[in-house]
Amino acid sequence: TSELDIFVGNTTLIDEDVYRLWLDGYSVSAAVALRARSGILEQTRATAAVLQSDSVDHYRTFHRLGRPLHAPPKLPHQLIFQIPPSRQALLIGRYYAFDEAFVREVLGKKLSKGTKKDLDDISTKTGITLESCRRQFDNLKRVFKVVEEMRGSLTGRKKLQYLSFGDFAFCAELMIQNWTLGAVDSQLDDMHVDLDKEFLQDVKELKVLVADKDRLDLHKGLVCTALRGKLGVFSEMEANFKNLSRGPVNVAATLTHNKDVRDLFVDLVEKFVEPCRSDHRPLNDVRLFLNHYSASVHSLYGFRHQALWDRSMGTLRGCFLRLYHD
Amino acid sequence: MPGKLKVKIVAGRHLPVMDRASDLTDAFVEVKFGNTTFKTDVCLKSLNPQWNSEWFKFEVDDEDLQDEPLQITVLDHDTYSANDAIGKVYIDIDPLLYSEAATVISGWFPIYDTIHGIRGEINVVVKVDLFNDLNRFRQSSCGVKFFCTTSIPKCYRAVIIHGFVEELVVNEDPEYQWIDRIRTPRASNEARQRLISLMSGELQRKIGLKVLEMRGNAVVGYLQCFDLEGESGLVVRAIGTACTLDKLSSPAAFLPACSSPSKEMKEIPFNEDPNPNTHSSGPSTPLKNQTYSFSPSKSYSRQSSSSDTDLSLTPKTAPYPQGPRIYLSPSSPSLPCGSLHLKKSCLLLSESSLPPHPSSLVSPVLRKSVSFSEELFLAASGMGSGSAGKEGGPFKALLRQQTQSALEQREFPFFTLTAFPPGFLVHVGGVVSARSVKLLDRIHNPDEPETRDAWWAEIRQEIKSHAKALGCHAVVGYSESTSICEEVCILSASGTAAVLNPRFLQDGTVEGCLEPRLEENLPAGCGFCHIPYDELNMPFPAHLTYCNNCRKQKVPDVLFTTIDLPVDATVIGKGCLIQARLCRLKKKAQAEANATAISNLLPFMEYEVHTQLMNKLKLKAMNALFGLRIQITVGENMLMGLASATGVYLAALPTPGGIQIAGKTPNDGSYEQHISHMQKKINDTIAKNKELYEINPPEISEEIIGSPIPEPRQRSRLLRSQSESSDEVTELDLSHGKKDAFVLEIDDTDAMEDVHSLLTDVPPPSGFYSCNTEIMPGINNWTSEIQMFTSVRVIRLSSLNLTNQALNKNFNDLCENLLKSLYFKLRSMIPCCLCHVNFTVSLPEDELIQVTVTAVAITFDKNQALQTTKTHAEKLLQRASTDNEELLQFPLELCSDSLPSHPFPPAKEHLESASSNSGIPAAQRATSVDYSSFADRCSSWIELIKLKAQTIRRGSIKTTVTVEKASPMGEGNFRNRSAPPCANSTVGVVKMTPLSFIPGAKITKYLGIINMFFIRETTSLREEGGVSGFLHAFIAEVFAMVRAHVAALGGNAVVSYIMKQCVFMENPNKNQAQCLINVSGDAVVFVRESELEVVSTQQPAANCQPSCPGGEVTT
Repeated sequence: TSELDIFVGNTTLIDEDVYRLWLDGYSVSAAVALRARSGILEQTRATAAVLQSDSVDHYRTFHRLGRPLHAPPKLPHQLIFQIPPSRQALLIGRYYAFDEAFVREVLGKKLSKGTKKDLDDISTKTGITLESCRRQFDNLKRVFKVVEEMRGSLTGRKKLQYLSFGDFAFCAELMIQNWTLGAVDSQLDDMHVDLDKEFLQDVKELKVLVADKDRLDLHKGLVCTALRGKLGVFSEMEANFKNLSRGPVNVAATLTHNKDVRDLFVDLVEKFVEPCRSDHRPLNDVRLFLNHYSASVHSLYGFRHQALWDRSMGTLRGCFLRLYHD
Repeated sequence: MPGKLKVKIVAGRHLPVMDRASDLTDAFVEVKFGNTTFKTDVCLKSLNPQWNSEWFKFEVDDEDLQDEPLQITVLDHDTYSANDAIGKVYIDIDPLLYSEAATVISGWFPIYDTIHGIRGEINVVVKVDLFNDLNRFRQSSCGVKFFCTTSIPKCYRAVIIHGFVEELVVNEDPEYQWIDRIRTPRASNEARQRLISLMSGELQRKIGLKVLEMRGNAVVGYLQCFDLEGESGLVVRAIGTACTLDKLSSPAAFLPACSSPSKEMKEIPFNEDPNPNTHSSGPSTPLKNQTYSFSPSKSYSRQSSSSDTDLSLTPKTAPYPQGPRIYLSPSSPSLPCGSLHLKKSCLLLSESSLPPHPSSLVSPVLRKSVSFSEELFLAASGMGSGSAGKEGGPFKALLRQQTQSALEQREFPFFTLTAFPPGFLVHVGGVVSARSVKLLDRIHNPDEPETRDAWWAEIRQEIKSHAKALGCHAVVGYSESTSICEEVCILSASGTAAVLNPRFLQDGTVEGCLEPRLEENLPAGCGFCHIPYDELNMPFPAHLTYCNNCRKQKVPDVLFTTIDLPVDATVIGKGCLIQARLCRLKKKAQAEANATAISNLLPFMEYEVHTQLMNKLKLKAMNALFGLRIQITVGENMLMGLASATGVYLAALPTPGGIQIAGKTPNDGSYEQHISHMQKKINDTIAKNKELYEINPPEISEEIIGSPIPEPRQRSRLLRSQSESSDEVTELDLSHGKKDAFVLEIDDTDAMEDVHSLLTDVPPPSGFYSCNTEIMPGINNWTSEIQMFTSVRVIRLSSLNLTNQALNKNFNDLCENLLKSLYFKLRSMIPCCLCHVNFTVSLPEDELIQVTVTAVAITFDKNQALQTTKTHAEKLLQRASTDNEELLQFPLELCSDSLPSHPFPPAKEHLESASSNSGIPAAQRATSVDYSSFADRCSSWIELIKLKAQTIRRGSIKTTVTVEKASPMGEGNFRNRSAPPCANSTVGVVKMTPLSFIPGAKITKYLGIINMFFIRETTSLREEGGVSGFLHAFIAEVFAMVRAHVAALGGNAVVSYIMKQCVFMENPNKNQAQCLINVSGDAVVFVRESELEVVSTQQPAANCQPSCPGGEVTT
């Protein structure tokens, strides 16, 4: 047997079959056995030793390729492996491909260390090797990380970048003043800042403002009448009224889930601030709109939740106006 | 201050994290040349720093420019402790020192650390301003071009091949200095790398000086080696062939092969003569002056200011008198002078030669080039014609004498070339080799490396006398090597004894060139096989027959050579790699006793290696070996012999007899039966091989041959015990006498083993061929996919009490398995050929055998490969591109023959497109099978020349004139052709190949020599994947660094790449390993033929599809 046995090509030699076996997480010896079973020895009249040597060498290359594959954009720039572009694409494509069975298991789970520890269960369940599960899991994490850092609409964190601490503090203060248990019940300690669950539950009732077509139109009519001639871009407001109205109503109505509370600021920005900003409304128009929007509800015939509306909208209006800047 | 070196550090990328706390690096760069160091600013907290430094300027002697490498160190700034080095880049700035090579080095270089390997990359720009270009040859030799390629580089023309240059420098090895005990391994490695870099620079400069002394301007076949002598020091030695080369800058005059970037078109010498009527020598512009200032013949140095000047101004009076014109060379003072010109030369002979004064050299030099080019045309065209032949008669003897003396005057008439301009090689005698065993002792005074010099001089002397014994005055395909174990060193040299045509050897010697005319009535392709020695007084017992080709001259029954197969050789079938492998145990001993033991073993080994080669050759039904390289490696307790060569069937040589087995005890029935069984197996193998390699020589009846044909009864015996040879005996005479068939006498079990081992060599799987020469005989339709690779294997011998047989088997299996693995790995390239397969064996430790193989796999077109009858002309064109001399020969032959149409579609297409361009009616389009592949390569210009030359007889001077006239017109055509070279090629891909060419592509520019030395060490062997992981990574890194340097020079390939050394040492117990690698090659720019043609003819790309599918295949 050889102490040392290597083959280095000026162009990195990639055997697609072996690459697949490697991706599928087979050990070298398993890969050799599988290849032998495929009849390659008979086809090529090679010996088992040759197959072994070849497989080990490919595995070594793939192992070394691992690092550049973890950062695919670097692959074309790295100098150690000379790989034609088409081959590079193949390498990356195969490396980041996943088994549906595996992804179905992971779907909805956190990409945390805990989940990673449970991969052996998934492996047993799906019949996918643990090695391959780990690669796919790490791939998902890498993809997630990249996506998270990307500009775009996929995640909200980036959108809050323009906000100052003061903005956050202001809004938090408003909510503490209006939405917490301490705010309504003087018996309670001032420091009791848990959100008033009951209130949040009730806020859902406000959804009728957008869900009920008649009421929506009525509301719209009131606001439009009040604002006609006062806004720079009236017609757009009129056309978009339903969407604009949905924001304030829904933001509050979804706060019953902790997860949504966590995303409150993102929601504030995405559901109201951004649509307004994209229409290039001046702050004054927004203020006018919000004022009339909240006030005209009082004139809505048969609307029973005036107090609820004020408690909810008062805070939101403050927040919206505070957050409406560049 | 004759030079200013300017360096700019642009940026870094992918740097390693040096500060664990921040996961970032505060990098800065030190730029060092000689004793001057500059630093960049620190680029804080970045793994991709942008320095954008100012230009760091070093004002230095050109001597330093040649010797010193530019050293770039990337460091991590540390406020509190010492700065940590990230790694280094050494840049050899030599390619910037001559005008035709690179003008700037700019690109991303891997940052290399001897402990960690590559750690990120750095972008650097380097420029050199050279002052007073002309009179600056004192200690420096800037301007001399170096080529690793062992043939005249494509896009150059050999004006003169001056001959052998050698030099060696010695130093203490830093690894063995006392200081090494207290410094880190990194510091020690870097000291070594730097020293070797410095020594190679110095060596190259010194060789360059010698070339200038010889009035050459280039070194071809430059081979530089390191001898790591351990305690006794470090030797860097180099050999090469000094030449005067002319750049073929005007592609129009020649093949597309030479089309060069338009920039070069400006510096074209005489070929671009704008006025065809003035013949070849145009107005003497300063440019020309410069081109020829290296002119070789000393005798001219004084003529300069004399009346000769006006001669050059009236070049139309040239051609010279019609009679025999003999140019005198200083080395042959007794010749009569044929012309005024010559008389002058004669007169000048006695004068001391002065250094050439460029301005005064103009006229004679120009004249010389003129006369030479004519002579060239003449010779090239006259190969088979008789026009000038009669002139030769009376001068025949004289010329021979002159050639002899010209060569004898040289201390060593050696040539490191393995392929030659047509007509250069007249006869080949056979392989000559010499070895000597030396005891190393400390080199006391590095400035006077006399001992090592004397050793090599001794060996070369021996080679020279061997060649003489073979009736040859020169040695070609010459190489030298060493094997060192502890304090014993085996020095080896080998080459091929040959008779050369003096035409190329000295300037203006024999115009009219009679030597080849001696055989001019013979068909080409067999001349080199004809024996150079006196048949009645043969230097060794050989069996001669009349040449199967011309039937006029005698040829030996078998021919061994160290050169490539001459392009015009007629070969039947295909060739194959033949290896002889041998181990001999040796007692461990010290000093003298050890050296004696080795000396005693050597002749036996040589003999056995030779026998094995001969047997295997016969088994393949072939009769000649090319590229023979025998390597003897010495270890503590054994000697290894490995011979590799490419076997072929030369049509000129007789059909080899079979192998006959004879038993010693004929009475034993079962034994007899066994013998006959073996015999049958051997016969079967031979028959199978004939089929496999397509060896179907035409039947020749006995009367025609006029010499005995091998017959069964005439069998001779090869007695295995017959080994009285000494290490001084040349290879040729060892194993066969005047015999036909080969008899193996099985007198003991050893012999039986040998026969068995003969039969165990498995042929490569179908679709694979292999050879160790540049091109595979019998295959000439390469497609463009190439894959260069290095494979290394080390085996540990299992038991300590090994026998020679077991050892042989181990070694044999190692090599065979390695080959099998290669075939398996590269199976996706089938049909393909492994070319230039280069095995090296080393014995790093007692029980370890290391085999390193470097080769290139090239795909070919199987359908076309079936065409087995190759003609002379096709052969000439097997090479990817053609020399000027070759192509000049063609148009003349082409135009005067009327030819039928030919079968190769691609060629036809080209021709059609070509002729349609030049407007020749199809009926007139003359082609033949013979010229088809030729036609394939050249396109429209053929037609052009045909037009011009249609009425002119070949071989006459008139023809040459016409051809020359044609060139400026052709140029017009070709101007388009030399469009942007690699604009379309894949960015960043750098091909590497041990061959001197790239299939399907034209080399348009040589950028300089690549010569790199790296050390890698690890103290965490297991973590790096064990020995295999470690070496795998290192070799990949070496490739990457070579590619990066080539790319930075503006190149896209390395040709004539060679891994000269791969010294691997491990200590698994300590988790350590170290490896030293030395590689070299020529950085070039190549352009795909398909691109060339598309650009030039504006034909649809489909036109060139058949010949080069997959255009952009990478390597």
